[in-house]
Amino acid sequence: MTASSQLPTGTALPAPPAPGRRRLITEESVTALFFILPSLLGFILFYAMPALRGVWISMTDWDLLTDASFIGLQNYSRLFQDAEFWNALKVTLYYVVLNIPLQTILAVVIAVLMSRLTKSMLVRGLIILPWLLPPVVVGLLWLWLLDPNIGIVNVALKSLGLPMIAFLGLPQYAMPTIAMINIWQYVGYTALLIFAGLQSIPGSVYEAASIDGASENQMFWRITIPLLRPVLVFVLVTSVIGSFQIFDTIAITTKGGPINATKVMNWYIYEQAFTRYNMGYSTTISIILFAILVFISLAQMRLMRAGESDM
Amino acid sequence: MTTQVQGVKRSGSNIPWGKTLAWIGLALLLIITLFPFWWMVRTALTGPQSLFRDTGSLLPVDPTLIHFRRVLGLVDTETAVAMGGSGQSINFGRALMNSIIVTAVVVFFQVLSCAMAAYAFARLRFPGRELIFGLYIAALMVPAIVTTIPNFILVRQFKLLNTYAGIVAPTLLMTPFAVFFLRQFFLGVNREVEEAARIDGASIWTSFIRVVVPITMPALTTLAIVTMINTWNNYLWPLIVGSDERVRVLTVALGIFRTQTPQGAPDWTGLMAGTTLAIIPTFIIFMLLGRKILDSIQFTGFK
Repeated sequence: MTASSQLPTGTALPAPPAPGRRRLITEESVTALFFILPSLLGFILFYAMPALRGVWISMTDWDLLTDASFIGLQNYSRLFQDAEFWNALKVTLYYVVLNIPLQTILAVVIAVLMSRLTKSMLVRGLIILPWLLPPVVVGLLWLWLLDPNIGIVNVALKSLGLPMIAFLGLPQYAMPTIAMINIWQYVGYTALLIFAGLQSIPGSVYEAASIDGASENQMFWRITIPLLRPVLVFVLVTSVIGSFQIFDTIAITTKGGPINATKVMNWYIYEQAFTRYNMGYSTTISIILFAILVFISLAQMRLMRAGESDM
Repeated sequence: MTTQVQGVKRSGSNIPWGKTLAWIGLALLLIITLFPFWWMVRTALTGPQSLFRDTGSLLPVDPTLIHFRRVLGLVDTETAVAMGGSGQSINFGRALMNSIIVTAVVVFFQVLSCAMAAYAFARLRFPGRELIFGLYIAALMVPAIVTTIPNFILVRQFKLLNTYAGIVAPTLLMTPFAVFFLRQFFLGVNREVEEAARIDGASIWTSFIRVVVPITMPALTTLAIVTMINTWNNYLWPLIVGSDERVRVLTVALGIFRTQTPQGAPDWTGLMAGTTLAIIPTFIIFMLLGRKILDSIQFTGFK
């Protein structure tokens, strides 16, 4: 079972025709309706309608208290003058840049280490443990480990004669620290996805290369990385999408501070909606976030030629 | 594939060094991964006076279970304050119960409803099938925050704020991922057994419940684990619709607990006792179903 063959393909396969059952089609349709009805109800109420309604809300000045009035595209033009929005976009991009490359490189290293050293289920199980935890718990845990006065990390720094650091309290350290916390939580999971991809590369490819005198270094760059590409595309696209939507860790640790240094898009949307009650404007930002994600995902897939495999 | 590993091994020139270094790297990784867990438990067990005195001790100093008892509301207010807590009752037992209720309800109904839908999409022919499925897939790409605000407004209109119903509503009947995941699985299942059941006169529903569900139990279990973890860990949605103490789930309770600084600083021993309690269920699932979780990572890219 390879990782790539199980990835969503998005194509709908038609069911084979059932000959001799023509007369039952209506009965089958009725049954089918009964089967999809619960999910369809959930879909219409909590996905389709909210999406359409979101577009409508984004064109109003609704504040939850008074009636909404239609203001056209004013919220969208407001974005361009809103320094806080641009800051949120910048901070989010900064987070993605701190998070994704380091996490992906570490994950590839860990996956290669594991595939060389051990197939132990225990090791694999232990390294995904952080990923199973609520991000809220992970945030609290690191908040304590990194406490400026009595957190163990600073206690250790002090005992080594190094200065103590308010990791989450200083604007220049806060975002790198958040990125580090999330790498801690997700690198094991990412490594395991890549590990699964490594398992699908046939050993014969390496043997042939080795007979031809290829060095380990060459084999890694010329065989492993190209053959891993479908898995890497999947990992990068999904983890970039996830990174853009970071919320929980920030909500628990810094709440957008210090001095807006960690006020990412999702936190800004949350703040606009639930502390300033600007429902219209917050919805507008969320729609822009969606547009950005669609654009970035398409660009990534295009750049990395997602559909093709080098096998 | 063992051949790959052997092939690589043979080609290296400085194996012993490289290999030792690799093992050290892996050991370091495991220490970095596991140490925070130990520190959490160590802090939760540390005696109230010792937290500030022995900041570097690797073992809990004056070990005690008092912090677990006070976050569960089992000690009186004065004792709790003396132990570094706030005077307010922190009813973690209640939050734990709320999390269990919400998670159990969502897992049961979501898996059932999505299995039915996935079965219809994979097996039954009906008008509009491709269209509806296409819409579900499109919804897969919409980030959660986009629907969160309109959903909040909807739940508020139905007067369901601060109710279990409001917390479970958006994921109770479907997530696009769940339908998609199960449909892919159903497409790969052999039709013969269920067709035999149909020929024997079973209705579609009977053959679904008696034949399809048992055969596809592995996929249903995988989805149940995914849904369980996601629901248990969810924060934003329950925060905005269910922060009232009666329905507050664990993640929300922890978030509120964190903002209380009873004696000038966060109540670390209490917080760590709370987080330890919050992840015990995750650990139990992990112990029981760890292998299944590892297998499922190979074909679900969830979260």
